[in-house]
Amino acid sequence: MLSTVIPIAYALVSLAFLLSFWRLLRGPDAPDRILALDTLYVNTIALLVLLGIHLGSAIYFEAALLIAMMGFVGTVALCKYLLRGDIIE
Amino acid sequence: MIDILLSLLILTGAIFTFIGSLGLARLRDFYTRLHGPTKATTLGVGCLLIASAVYFSVREEGVSLHEVLVTLFLFITAPVSAHLLAKAALHLRVKSLAPTPAPDTDTPAD
Repeated sequence: MLSTVIPIAYALVSLAFLLSFWRLLRGPDAPDRILALDTLYVNTIALLVLLGIHLGSAIYFEAALLIAMMGFVGTVALCKYLLRGDIIE
Repeated sequence: MIDILLSLLILTGAIFTFIGSLGLARLRDFYTRLHGPTKATTLGVGCLLIASAVYFSVREEGVSLHEVLVTLFLFITAPVSAHLLAKAALHLRVKSLAPTPAPDTDTPAD
């Protein structure tokens, strides 16, 4: 059961990647592109968790945690730049 | 039994992740697009993380709590980043489908 579900989940998450990447390339405004980057890092966490279940290894959570923290910091820094024209005032 | 539960959780998580990105790609203005990833994707990743926590708790001795950390962090930061994105979009006057409210004037509305 699990061995049939995991490839389907991989396919769905990969399609989600492609859709967010399309928005990243297309996005008419800067906030759209930042939102696409935000979605891309959340999708990366999903893919890493799936990989962890598939390979039965718990190593990938540290990577997922790091990506979650760095992605949030990146989003906040980009938004701050758009809002104030500067990141650290 | 656990196998079926895990499969359901993984499938739900993957479908919600996909729907979130579909909303990001398909919806028509920035403020509606903001809904897709920040709600659906968070729920999708939450489901996947719960599935992973169940899987590693059953497979190894003891409860696996790494996932709870990622879930907690993601659930705290998603609304904050969505709020900042909306604020940046309002600051840049990104076009909206809904009519924008009139700016405050000195004369009170009747």
